[in-house]
Amino acid sequence: MTEPQAFTGGPVVAGPVRSPLSDGDWHRLHPLTPLLRGGIFLLVVIGVIVANLRDRLVFLFLPWFAPDVEIEDWDTGDPIDWIVANNLYFLAGVVVLVVLILLVVLFYLSWRFHTFRITEDDVEVRSGVLFRTQRRAPLDRVQGVNLVRPMIARLLGMAKLEVVGAGTDANVKLEYLSTANAEAVRADILRLASGRRLTDAGPGGAGPTGPRSRAHALSETVSRGITGLIEGDEAPVAEPESVVSIPVGRIILSQVVSMSTVAFIIALIAVAVAASFGIAWVLFAYVPALIGLGALWVRTIFRSLRYSIAPTPDGVRITFGLLTTITEIVPPGRVHAVEVEQPILWRPFGWWKIRINRLSGRSASEGSTDQFTTALPVGTALDVERVLRLLQPTVGEDEWALIVREGISGPTEEDSFTTTPKRAWIIRPLSWRRNGFRLTDDLLLLRRGLIWRKLALVPLARMQSFGLNQGPVDRALRVASVRAHVVSGPVYASVAAVDRDRALELFDDVARAAVHAAVVDRTHRWAEAAAAEADAGAVAAGGSATDAPLQPSPQSEVVPPAGGAASPVPDAASGAQPVPDAASASGARPAPEAPPAPQAPAAPDTPDIPAPPPADGERP
Amino acid sequence: MTNSPEAKTPDSKPTTIDETLDHGTFGRLIEPRSENRLVLESGTWHQISPKYVWVQLISTGSFLLIVIAATLVLTLLMHQVWAWIPGGILTVILAWTLAIMPRQARAIGYQLRDDDLVFRRGILWQRFVAVPYGRMQLVDITHGPLDRGFGIAQLKFVTAAATTGVTIPGLEQATAETLRDHLIQVAESRRTGL
Repeated sequence: MTEPQAFTGGPVVAGPVRSPLSDGDWHRLHPLTPLLRGGIFLLVVIGVIVANLRDRLVFLFLPWFAPDVEIEDWDTGDPIDWIVANNLYFLAGVVVLVVLILLVVLFYLSWRFHTFRITEDDVEVRSGVLFRTQRRAPLDRVQGVNLVRPMIARLLGMAKLEVVGAGTDANVKLEYLSTANAEAVRADILRLASGRRLTDAGPGGAGPTGPRSRAHALSETVSRGITGLIEGDEAPVAEPESVVSIPVGRIILSQVVSMSTVAFIIALIAVAVAASFGIAWVLFAYVPALIGLGALWVRTIFRSLRYSIAPTPDGVRITFGLLTTITEIVPPGRVHAVEVEQPILWRPFGWWKIRINRLSGRSASEGSTDQFTTALPVGTALDVERVLRLLQPTVGEDEWALIVREGISGPTEEDSFTTTPKRAWIIRPLSWRRNGFRLTDDLLLLRRGLIWRKLALVPLARMQSFGLNQGPVDRALRVASVRAHVVSGPVYASVAAVDRDRALELFDDVARAAVHAAVVDRTHRWAEAAAAEADAGAVAAGGSATDAPLQPSPQSEVVPPAGGAASPVPDAASGAQPVPDAASASGARPAPEAPPAPQAPAAPDTPDIPAPPPADGERP
Repeated sequence: MTNSPEAKTPDSKPTTIDETLDHGTFGRLIEPRSENRLVLESGTWHQISPKYVWVQLISTGSFLLIVIAATLVLTLLMHQVWAWIPGGILTVILAWTLAIMPRQARAIGYQLRDDDLVFRRGILWQRFVAVPYGRMQLVDITHGPLDRGFGIAQLKFVTAAATTGVTIPGLEQATAETLRDHLIQVAESRRTGL
């Protein structure tokens, strides 16, 4: 798979890479890809044919099992009869063989022409034999990288890699790669997207890519593929430990205790009543509903099993799914809204659910089954806090206590939320004491619902726009509803019946804060401006296997380009400029990190600091 | 066509872009009478062209005429009595739309603030939206045949959020183009991530 291609002289990544696949040259996918993409379909076709012609085949090849079938019974319109009648076995065999060879050649060609490359700025895929398509995704707009391992691919030790872009049908898919390769490629993509340079991770990613014969490279890839086939399940990959663990019992019970169950029971009672009055046919109408609900349960439970969420240097890593396992890494600043929700039936158990809005990059026609919008399927208040901390790492420590105590659990004695005034209780008759908002340095918190308790957290750096609405009833009561506009998803970021003056104040405050947050936001290249911060964070996180390249190492001295190495101090100073801004903007941020930034070149992490110069060129 | 330049409120700091934007527009914003209405303390509102009212009156009016004609033909000539119901409902809705259209058009406004664009519309149902310039993904200018006849255009400010919904109708074509270029220029200098 590492066959060096001389299609075009693509930009070569500076410095060594972790995986030989992400060295900036064109590479091919796993050789078993056609088998998984088209072969399964072929097998199904053959299976259907065999099932339909079973009797015929049995008669033709094993006539002693079907002695009572007479050849004269068959109609003459059937092609197989025609072949048998005219004794054209040889010709038919040749035709079948030619078709098979043609298919194999087509599969081989499509595999050969399907290449990808990962450069410093984007991921590119080319495919198609006659109709060539080429797709390129810029790395600074990467919304996440997910690894999907469907059941069959998992048995073969393979995985689909999907680089999630921002937009409709904007994803770049690399299907299929061996699991180990996919993990390495993902780490590289995220590393490149983060603005860090790739550094050598040691012997694991070695592999001389000198000029070799094509035949040799091909045989190597095939043998590697077969090895992967024999190894079966995915090669062990160092997985960071989940901060939340959900017992299986809780997942199943949470699914059973849901509104769909209540609806199901109500329908059951209705059907029982109807049946007792002699309308028995209602029972038959009930069966599909039963099957549908069962399927929904099983699917949701299977998806929630194996759930884990863990921090990595390049974002939050979420894994879920029992049969089709999906591992997604969402880099910082790619979550556009978060909602903590508690259905009424979960309240006795103290369970919550977290859902997020993010750009999924899928087209409308693609199913949402593999899409990840549930950050926590079911968890306790403690789990909720842990997950929220991962999703919104910039929020200050004292703010968390407040979010958990007041935001999630509802109004307390001294409430810092601006709630619905008493005169407007009629608009939210049950929840008016809880219904309200709070603006912090980084977030807009929208709290609502007494029966379905919900808290929406909207990061100001991701908010697209902000709106106020006032209808005639609102105006009579001197209130208005506020709404944060974010990318589409399950989170509804709106609160009704806010005092009109407070709403107007909020309108101004949010406008100012959102602009400021967007300006100081550097998450599109998250490790670039905040290199020092990321370093500190990674060390604090305990240094898992993926942290290794962050550590200052002798090799990484050679990483910066010549220009950066010549005058590191001024470059670093200008590159680190946003950091003090960000720190002063959000007073909640730990202060000690701001001052060291300008002096960073003196610190041991010098190699990481000169990274910004290219960005300075992009955005003066 | 009432294209008479109406009296302008003197701007404290007249700039060329403000003059272009306010060329041949309504001069006074219609707001709800109640004290409880939504009001922004600062900033001057730019308004849209009165031609928009004419365009809307013609298009909605001709649709109304078609509906009335179709209803009459169906009921009187073809004796389809049921047609009174949908025909009547549509007629009432369209007539009401026509009646409030001139006032609605005067309630549409936008402000170009330092870092964001504020858009407002509606009298009974007021809606205010503030969009930071840096959030702009693209600016869309559309004009239909009738719009072109009157020389107006509609400008849509598109962000990554579908709910933003900032669509300024009834801008003079020159105004729309000036505004588009201005928005692109300021967005370029305030470019942010998604």
